[in-house]
Amino acid sequence: MNIHEYQAKEILSAYGIPVPRGRVALTADQVERAAKEMGGRCVVKAQIHAGGRGKAGGVKLVFHPEEAQNLAKELFGRSLVTPQTGPQGLRVRRILVEEAVEIAREFYLSMTLDRGSSRYILIASAEGGVEIEEVAAKTPEKIHTLSIDPLIGLRPYQARKIALALGLTGSVCEDCVSLILNLHKVLLEKDCSLVEINPLVVTKAGWLMAMDAKITFDDNAVFRHREYPDMMDYSQLDPLEINASKYDLAYIKLDGNIGCMVNGAGLAMATLDVLKECGGEPANFLDVGGGATREKVAEAFKIILQDGDVKGIFVNIFGGIMRCDIIAHGIIEAAAEVKCTLPIVVRMDGSQVEEGKRLLSESGLNVQCGDNLGDAAQRIVQMLKASNGDN
Amino acid sequence: MSILLNKQSKILVQGITGRSGLFHTQQCREYGSNIVAGVTPGKGGIHIEGIPVFNTVEEAVRYTEANVSMIFVPPPGAADAILECADCGLDLAVCITEGIPVRDMVPVKRILAASKMRLIGPNCPGVITPGECKVGIMPGHIHLPGKIGVVSRSGTLTYEAVKQLTDAGLGQSTCVGIGGDPIIGTNFVDVLKMFNDDPATEAVFMIGEIGGAAEEEAAFYIKEHMKKPVGAFIAGVTAPPGKRMGHAGAIITGGKGKAADKIRTLTECGVTVATSPTRMGEAMLEAMGKK
Repeated sequence: MNIHEYQAKEILSAYGIPVPRGRVALTADQVERAAKEMGGRCVVKAQIHAGGRGKAGGVKLVFHPEEAQNLAKELFGRSLVTPQTGPQGLRVRRILVEEAVEIAREFYLSMTLDRGSSRYILIASAEGGVEIEEVAAKTPEKIHTLSIDPLIGLRPYQARKIALALGLTGSVCEDCVSLILNLHKVLLEKDCSLVEINPLVVTKAGWLMAMDAKITFDDNAVFRHREYPDMMDYSQLDPLEINASKYDLAYIKLDGNIGCMVNGAGLAMATLDVLKECGGEPANFLDVGGGATREKVAEAFKIILQDGDVKGIFVNIFGGIMRCDIIAHGIIEAAAEVKCTLPIVVRMDGSQVEEGKRLLSESGLNVQCGDNLGDAAQRIVQMLKASNGDN
Repeated sequence: MSILLNKQSKILVQGITGRSGLFHTQQCREYGSNIVAGVTPGKGGIHIEGIPVFNTVEEAVRYTEANVSMIFVPPPGAADAILECADCGLDLAVCITEGIPVRDMVPVKRILAASKMRLIGPNCPGVITPGECKVGIMPGHIHLPGKIGVVSRSGTLTYEAVKQLTDAGLGQSTCVGIGGDPIIGTNFVDVLKMFNDDPATEAVFMIGEIGGAAEEEAAFYIKEHMKKPVGAFIAGVTAPPGKRMGHAGAIITGGKGKAADKIRTLTECGVTVATSPTRMGEAMLEAMGKK
């Protein structure tokens, strides 16, 4: 789960990591007042769940409160498109107004999981303010990493080694040691998949400060963080994806016209692959869960049908120990409940397949059954081609 | 012969009194697995479906000599359940639980490095040695005893692969679902090594997906050490970058973890990769014909 820069900075600040003085604004007038408070000269930062905001015009230094207000009016009115947002961009609903800071040096600092070693890893670089992937590709020698042993934790001497490698000396070096240790605390106590400060700066006055911050929470840890759901900004998500997450369905909107319902993530991915191979365009990725219960199948149908682009539905359920007649009942009831008239192709496997197929064919729905994955995928693609021909 | 499980395996179930724990305990027993005990803290002393329930794994092991655990404990207590098994000297723990936080699994993985116990999962369908023993939630009836070792990061996609193998007359020695989480106890290479050393396994089918670099590591192992033919399928050729495709592990980041790269590396290392999920059985036959 992603949160905004200003929320990440609130967390860092609570853990003793210095951040610039700032205010979050929901309207252009609030932006103007906040700018006045900062003394006129300030940084206006659009809050969206994606990086690359600076180049897209979402982060600007302004010199007067009216200038801040005008910029805010423009930002609130549009979506910001960055290399990380996709072509539609993301709506700007909140703006962070911050004091302008005189920067002497910029660094990069982050902690995340290294899947290879199954440990958290610290990544630091003296090249701050640019994308770390770029630094890694061009000048890998400028990147310093540290693998954190979970049984020992992150020790001050290790943090000092990193601070020295960044070229820090004296009291700033010791400040950096505490900052690194505090960041590690955030990582663990807040169950983060990623904590990133980019850039971490030394100001001209000689203070360390987190100028930009990104935090991603581990979705699996929500049960022990009651505050997570309240921090969610739903304007940054597709409305259908929000709806799906309420029912614990993994749904991702895609660009095609075949609505897909599959049990299991791997099979769902493979199903998209087969549809594309047959010349079809999937409208979504949807995993109803390995068990595919009747309630989830019904909710999945509703979500798929809310997508106006969907012209046909492909259901691929490998029932396993669930009986196909029960799955068929679920599909029939769900389709009836949402008054689905679109063509449906069902591929089921598991026990009682024949009974399940009989139930579907006698249901009065516009439904066909495929004998196997390939056959079923070809059927739905052909059914859609045929109905296009009618128009 | 087989890997990980056989008729002699004595199985205990952690979380046996939960709904899915009990359901799958019954399913496994029907398949022929020797379920000797259940563990649910606070419910020790009762019997459920004739199976004695204990408060701790230690007690269960002392009274029943169980050597394998199947874990259905919900996410908040699952990491603890795994460590309890390791502490009691079990040979194998199969953790079905989905949704364990990464922060809980990091120390578990570190501690298991110094333990003799092997962990399969979490967030996996489990392990089955067809015709002998099943520890997991997979449907037994699609399997056929035979000579193909199957290893997969996925759940239902593995069932699809197994069914295609069975339909093609290719039975399985053991099928291992290693799980879709970012941190798992046993990876592709670990299982490939076991299959390589198992006289009952003549060929291996591997099912991977986008995200991470586990398939690439497997490919390099296969090239260097594998004595048996390997077929494979990688799901997610058409997945959009940056999106989490159901599994926490299945995400393409920074241009890494793409299906196309994995397929190329596997092919270069001598693996026959199915071009479509509808041709997994064919790919296995082709791989076996080649060598």
